[in-house]
Amino acid sequence: MSNGITFRFKLPLGTFTLDAAGEIPTQGVTALFGRSGCGKTSLLRCIAGLEQAADAFLSISGECWHDSANGFYLPPHKRAIGYVFQEGMLFPHLRVRENLNFGYRRTPSSQRTGDFDRVVHLLGLDSLLDRSPAQLSGGEKQRVAIGRALLNHPRLLLMDEPMAALDRGHKKEILPYLERLHGESNIPIIYVTHDLNELSRIADHLVLIEQGTILAAGPLTELLARVDLPIARDEEAGALFDTRIIHHDETYHLTRLAFSGGELTVGWIDRPAGEMVRIRIHAKDVSLALDPPGLSSILNVLPVTVVEMAAHGRGRMIVKLDLGGTPLLARITQKSQANLDLKPGMRVYAQIKSVALTL
Amino acid sequence: MGPNDLAALWVTLRLALTSTLLLLLLGTPVAWWLARSHSRVRTLVETVIALPLVLPPTVLGFYLLIALSPNGLLGASWIALGGSGLAFTFTGLVIGSVLYSMPFVVQPLQNAFAAIDRRTLEAASTLRASPLDCFFSVIIPLARPGLITAATLGFAHTLGEFGVVLMIGGNIPGKTQVLSIAIYDHVESLEYGQAHLLSAGLLLFSFLILFLVYRMNGTSLLRRETR
Repeated sequence: MSNGITFRFKLPLGTFTLDAAGEIPTQGVTALFGRSGCGKTSLLRCIAGLEQAADAFLSISGECWHDSANGFYLPPHKRAIGYVFQEGMLFPHLRVRENLNFGYRRTPSSQRTGDFDRVVHLLGLDSLLDRSPAQLSGGEKQRVAIGRALLNHPRLLLMDEPMAALDRGHKKEILPYLERLHGESNIPIIYVTHDLNELSRIADHLVLIEQGTILAAGPLTELLARVDLPIARDEEAGALFDTRIIHHDETYHLTRLAFSGGELTVGWIDRPAGEMVRIRIHAKDVSLALDPPGLSSILNVLPVTVVEMAAHGRGRMIVKLDLGGTPLLARITQKSQANLDLKPGMRVYAQIKSVALTL
Repeated sequence: MGPNDLAALWVTLRLALTSTLLLLLLGTPVAWWLARSHSRVRTLVETVIALPLVLPPTVLGFYLLIALSPNGLLGASWIALGGSGLAFTFTGLVIGSVLYSMPFVVQPLQNAFAAIDRRTLEAASTLRASPLDCFFSVIIPLARPGLITAATLGFAHTLGEFGVVLMIGGNIPGKTQVLSIAIYDHVESLEYGQAHLLSAGLLLFSFLILFLVYRMNGTSLLRRETR
């Protein structure tokens, strides 16, 4: 018996077939990532039971929810899940409070944890309770939808691009709540997205989907640092670092971060020393040099080892580097690779032009 | 108002109420199916239900009369089940009214159901609502304006029915004589005073219920229900 979420689904989807099998950990946020129309939402709907694949198996911590071989299918209303749709899908005839209570009232009292106030507080819904959905902004609707799903006492929270329908401003409004949710709840979350930035901010695990099949699955930092996956070809490709704030330099308004492979100096981060910060270093912001540069405007120059390289696009290369055990990606031209005569195992210097915070 | 007129009023109200109730009971599942199904039979069913909109009531009445007669399809089955014939009875009138007013009930319901986003229902199912629970706690409240419209149109249309009733009900005072036919009788007998009284009463009543429904729904009765 597996303790994770084990699944296998075969479902025809127009021009191709969703044919996915795998295991998702029951801890943290797992992102289903892929382009629009790759089948990631269908996979999520299969897990929810909203789509009934003819060939299907799904078990959650050893409890079977779907097993087509034995003719067993648990309909969605009997699965303890929370599902957040792209556009909220609040009940328009009910006020926010009643929307939040919809699943709560239908949960057997033995399973209720009586956390209405905590959820309302977590998502900042106090002032919205008596409004009707029509009076809410897109971001507020999504927060209510997340609250409604949480109050259904789910064993599994499923989110289908919950921020896709929001503009940048509202995305910024939702993200901190999602991060808080990630930190405070121990409900596993499966999160569908096609946005690398969103993914980097909240996911721990990644399932890469292409044309209905799973290309790769594993810890996010590991997969983002692989050069053989299509994700490395993305303009926004880059490696993730979980770092700790060790020092603030008030004179120059800079912050010093430490991670397993070394230290980095970045622009001021308005958080106390000791806190963990996840940062992303885009491959396009890393350049390589054979010798340590002399005086330079670039603050972060770190010794690294070339691990592997892959060509991609016209005249471009993606290089995976090892930074004291932590992977780093660099995007360079093929001409540069030839000039430097880069080979796996070589010691070079990585100059990091900028660091993206995923705050 | 004479005793016959009062009896006609009573028959009319009873007929309209019974028919409306039956129409809602039968029309709701049909409308739901029409709104959600992709079956090829759908168009056929839609057409058959809409027929009373275009057929002269006498045509419908004529075929009903044949079907309801003791040798007819419906009449014979009714007698086999222990009934005592359908033609010229109140039960026969109810059957006729239900068929005749069906499109007025099914169409607003169908529009109201079709306007409900499938994902709203999926959301309810992910929140532990069984299909039946979902029907009463989500579908019915969301389709409320359509339901009110359907009930009103069904009721008002049955109230004003003439041709079908005349063909299958005969004109038996106290049994099958309804207001519209009582008015016709008064006019034929040149009793314009009584005809006026009944006509004005029907006019006022119809005006009032339609006015109330328009106010409640805040929308035109035959417009697509998009709420």
